[in-house]
Order: sequence, then C-alpha cells, then structure tokens
Amino acid sequence: MSGRQDRQTTPDATPGTKPDTMTRPPGEPRGHSPGGTYLGMPAFPQAAALSTRDGRLRANLRHATHTIRAKRAQAVAELDDWDRLRRAGAAVKDRTLRHLDHYLLQLEESVTRAGGTVHWAADAAEANRIVTGLVRATGETEVVKVKSMATQEIGLNEALAGAGIRAYETDLAELIVQLGGDLPSHILVPAIHRNRGEIRDIFREHMARWGRPAPEGLGDRPADLAEAARLHLREKFLRAKVAVSGANFMVAESGTLVVVESEGNGRMCLTLPETLISVVGIEKTVPSWRDLEVFLQLLPRSSTAERMNPYTSMWTGTSGDGPRSFHLVLLDNGRTDTLADQVGRQALRCIRCSACLNVCPVYERAGGHAYGSPYPGPIGAILTPQLRGMASPLEESLPYASSLCGACFEVCPVAIDIPEVLVHLRERVVEGGPATLRGTRTVIKPARKHTAERAVIRATGWTLDHPGVLRHGQRLLSRTRRLHPRRLPGPGRAWTDTRELPTVPAEPFRDWWARARGDTA
Amino acid sequence: MSSGGAREQILARVRRALADVPRAERPDDAPVPRDYLAVHGQRSHAASVDLLARNLTDYRARVHRTEAAGLPALLSRLLSERGARRVVVPPGLPRHWLVGAPVETVPDSAPAALTPHELDAMDSVVTGCALAIAETGTVVLDGDPDQGRRSITLVPDHHLCVVRTADQVVDSVPQALARLEPARPSTWISGPSATSDIELERVEGVHGPRTLEVILVAGDPRSASAPPLGVPPLDVRS
Repeated sequence: MSGRQDRQTTPDATPGTKPDTMTRPPGEPRGHSPGGTYLGMPAFPQAAALSTRDGRLRANLRHATHTIRAKRAQAVAELDDWDRLRRAGAAVKDRTLRHLDHYLLQLEESVTRAGGTVHWAADAAEANRIVTGLVRATGETEVVKVKSMATQEIGLNEALAGAGIRAYETDLAELIVQLGGDLPSHILVPAIHRNRGEIRDIFREHMARWGRPAPEGLGDRPADLAEAARLHLREKFLRAKVAVSGANFMVAESGTLVVVESEGNGRMCLTLPETLISVVGIEKTVPSWRDLEVFLQLLPRSSTAERMNPYTSMWTGTSGDGPRSFHLVLLDNGRTDTLADQVGRQALRCIRCSACLNVCPVYERAGGHAYGSPYPGPIGAILTPQLRGMASPLEESLPYASSLCGACFEVCPVAIDIPEVLVHLRERVVEGGPATLRGTRTVIKPARKHTAERAVIRATGWTLDHPGVLRHGQRLLSRTRRLHPRRLPGPGRAWTDTRELPTVPAEPFRDWWARARGDTA
Repeated sequence: MSSGGAREQILARVRRALADVPRAERPDDAPVPRDYLAVHGQRSHAASVDLLARNLTDYRARVHRTEAAGLPALLSRLLSERGARRVVVPPGLPRHWLVGAPVETVPDSAPAALTPHELDAMDSVVTGCALAIAETGTVVLDGDPDQGRRSITLVPDHHLCVVRTADQVVDSVPQALARLEPARPSTWISGPSATSDIELERVEGVHGPRTLEVILVAGDPRSASAPPLGVPPLDVRS
C-alpha cells in the first residue's frame, strides 16, 4: 500500500464522514512481508517521485528535522569528549561483532541464570512463531507493546493478529500510526509525517474503535493530544497481562536489558504485566555493564537531543519486582548475512538514534515511506539491502537514495561510514559479487538495469590502463566540441533531463600542461 | 528452551561470517579506547548539587532544597498544596518523613502489594533514591526499601523523590554506573514523563508521573527518632 494515499486526511475532515477504505479495523494485518520490507513497495525513485510532490509531507518533515538538528548540535557540543565517546562506542560495537558468538553465549547464560528464558530465531517467521506460542501459552488474547524496531521488522503485529491476538502499540507515535492504519516513517518519531491537525483527526476518528474514545472537543495542542493518549492507553496498561518489547542494549556479562524511552509507556509495559517477551536483534549485545556509560551518553543526545531521556529501565531476568516470567527472543533475520560482509558489517553498530535521518537532505525531501521498510533514511539505505539481500528492485535502488554528502557519517554516534557502505553496495548492485544470503555464500548477479553503467565502468578502466588511447580520445573530444549535443542520447538522456552537460575544454589538460610547462606528459 | 536448531544455526552463521577474524584473537584483544572523560569539568560538591538542580529544572522537574530537619514540614506542605489525600509509600521510607502530613499513607509491601488499579487510585508517591547524576539531571531508583517496587513511582501522577546531597549526588553517567548493581532492576528518571512525538516538540506529561518534585536534602534525613514505617523490607534480589 502506498503511504501517500494515507495522507488524504484533511484538517477540516469531520469524523465519520471520510470514506474509510485505507484504515483497517483493529488487528487486521496491513501489507507487510515477514522479512522487513513493506509488500509491494515500489523502488525508491518511484516512491520518492510521489512523496516529493506532497507539499504537506515536505513541510512537516522540514519543520521536524530542522527543529531537532539544531538541538542535537547543541546537546553534543556540551560534551568536550564527544569524539572520544564516539570512538569508544564504535570500538565497543566492533569488539562485540568480532566475537559475537562468544558474547551471545555469555548473554544466554547470564539471562538464564537470572531467571529468564532465551529463545533463538533465525528469521522473522521463526520469531513470530515463538512469540505467538508464548502469548498463547498465557491464555491471553491481547498484548501491550513498547515501540520496537525489531518487531516492526518481523511484522509481529500482523502475525499476532493472524493468531487472534491483538497487539496495542503504546508509544504515542506508534499509536498514531496504528490508529491511522499507516506505516511508520521515522525510527524515533514514526508519525513524523503527520502534523498536529492530522493527529487530532486520527484520534477523533479512530480511538473509539480501539478502546476509550478521544475526549469531546479534542483540539490540536500537543499537550491535549498527549493527554488523550494517556487516557486512552491507561486502561490497557492497568489490565495488561503480557507485554512485548525490544531493547536498546543487552549486557552479556550481567544479562541486563536496557530500554530507553520518554513517555513512560515503556515502564508500564516492563513493570505491570506478568509476562514480558523481548524480541531483540543479536547485534544489540554489549560486552560489559561499564560499556553502558558510553552509550547512555551517546544515544539520548543523538536521538532526542537531550542530556538524558526521561526514562531508562534496566532489568536482569526476573526479580521480585515486575514480570514473573521473562522471555528473550534473539533475532538473526539477516544480521549474520550482514556480518559476513567486511565493509557492510559496520551497519550493525547502529543504535537506532535516527540522527542520520534528521540531517539527510534526501530523507527530508522524500520522507520515510519511500524507503519501503521500517528502517528509513541513510541507515535504512544500507541496512535494508543487507538484511534482506538484493531481493527486489527496492533493495537494489536503496544504495542510490543518497547524494553521498556525508552528513550522516558526521553525526553518527557510532561512526558508521554510511557513504562508504553505500558505494560498496552500489558496486554490488552494478557488478554483482559474493554475498551471504540466509547463511549461505552466494554470488549475486549484476542487476539487469545497470548494463550501461557497467559498460562505462569497464570502458573507463580499460581506457585509464591505456594512456595513449586516453590522450587520443581527449584530443578528439576537444576538436569536435562544437558538434557536441546539449543532451546525452540513449541511456544518458535521463541524466541530462535535469542537468547541463558540461562543456569540453578546447584543449585537454595534459596538452595544456605540456605546452605551458614545456614538459612532456 | 527454544529450538536448538536455530541456536546452533545462528552461532554457525556467526562463526562463518567472522572467518576474517584471526582464530587466536580473544574478545579483549579488540581494543576499546577509554580516553573519554569520567567527569565533564572540575567542580566542588556544592557546585555539583547546583548543577543537578539546574538540569532537573531544565527538564521541568520541580526542585526544592532543605535541611534534614525541615524535610517533614516541606513534604507536608508540598502534598497539601497538591491536594493529595492518599499517598503510597515504599516499605522502608523513614516514618518521620510524613509525620504530620495531612494525608493517608498507604504502604506497598511484598505480601500485600498494591494492584495496578489500586495504584491508579493514589494521588502521590514519596520515595528516596539510589543516587542522582548532576550532569544529566537524573535520579536513579534501584528498588531499595526506601524506593520500593518500580510501579509505585510510575502509576501515580505525582512523584516526590528525596535526594541526600551529602552522599547520593554523583557528577556523571560513568560514576553512576560504577555505583549501581546490575542485578537490581533500576529506573533512571530525568524529569517528568515527556514526548517529542508530535512535530518533534517536547511536551511534558504522558504516561508516567506528570509532576516530578525532587527534594535535595542537606544532612542525613534518616537519623530521626522514629524507625521506618514498620513493614518488612522488600527484597528485590530474591
């Protein structure tokens, strides 16, 4: 489904009068494949061509990303040792990744010793089966959820719905997305594409079908909207018996899980229910308790631009305080494939702060839905194709969803060189090459559409290896410059649709150099 | 307890993926530079307490300061200004803190712990804390008897948290972690519940307490004539 159609809600729409074709009744699955991309999503250029024409979307995104950008810079500037923290953060993650088998086993032992149960899921389907089975075993038919990228990636809500279990999203933005039958478009603020007026309309129109209706005469002040969410969700928290969460960090040596949040919905889910099921990607492991001192400084400042987020919960297995039963589902789902790529594996350092989205000129204009997966923006452009493999034109197009300006690398708190990985993945798309897919080494064939690009790369390589040919070619180009067309023919035509073709100088540089300096080239 | 197949499969995939890592390399061989700062800036203890107060206020917590002897009167005043009638207290809260307060104190203790719905009917909660972090404006609770279960500081809409400035204020996140015990569930609180989900603008007050009042107490407020509230302490490590 297209996110664009969802944004037809107008600020003056009266509740109940709008045709309700795009929003689904509670629990009904939306288009989502268990591998992590949204079903039927067009490749990035098509999706972006649509979304960039949406004036309201662009205004919402511009406002939000510019607000947070300045605040982040300020929060980061407060710490003199930011660069050192960043280096330490990258190093801790690299150490973990280089010895991931060791740390996963240590984590399993620590969690088990503390009274938790550890499950392993090789892919989305297996994780969904495990969670569904665990919820069924409790006899409950509803769960409350803390915002979690991993459960979005595996399409858990849809899987639970298929088993007759209702999953209630409790993060405010996730609630907006769920009530609106929408898809998330930002890692930190999944409803960033909605402004306050749209959110008010969604609450007025859809809250009643999910539980407590929106208060009479609800306005669009953010404080009033937050209050409406508080009232709507409170009854669900108080009666919930099962919660599903992700985690920001898992400490191997102690078995401690950490959830970083702002609203208190996380605390509600992590402390009130009797059973807690946490679905966490294997790369969220950190070796030691002490390592948290790095990430608890890097994450809040990069993410919400705060010195510290309002609430952080840490728990280790089960204790006398909180859920009596704790299950940890360790998720692979393409992470080990990503780990096998020595250039691409740095994407697994990601702590999901979303700083790279907020500074990206492409994200700001195209919006999160164009990336076709729960991971939008620059990090999504390198993560989705690696987690999923180059499975469709969507994944093949994502490494191109960038101008390679490097702003993402600059703000990344764990120093992921996103441009480097983008270029690496582009090469993989064009040239093909070795890759690992669901644990099996394979050779990717070059993508069909890039024949011309490939031919150019090969010809360039050959020409640069033959200086004589290059020299003759350049002279020929200079002599014929009057005959050059203003637009490229054939496959190059699209490029010159929006660009001027550079003019060829009257004399090749090397000839000028030889003439001016009296030297031989 | 899960399918052993997936466990072995994932571990085998990890090992295959890491074929480039030398076999002899131990986890600790991968270097982690720890040249970042343990504390940002040099300041006196009094200046740290001031910084804590400033940072808490910056994120909309209400900060009050008192000598130990003035604590009961201050708590009493804050609760009556709030109009609180029923106040939940953890089992180890010093009894004299709320002596004279015009409220009904409701202890939450292990065998007769309050249900979520009962907690929802409480107006306020009063607790101590494990420590507070000046640089970030954070109070940390770790389930000690003067703090109680995690849910009692979550469901009521008003949280009064007492910090002993003499020995509970640290400067930085690294110092805080070094003093905490990983096995105990902990909650780090930096201001009242908030959200930035609407247009990335911060709004205070969603699901957690919408009013957080932090009381910075000089001296030792534990030393008073009366013993704690007299309910057995909750052992969160059991």
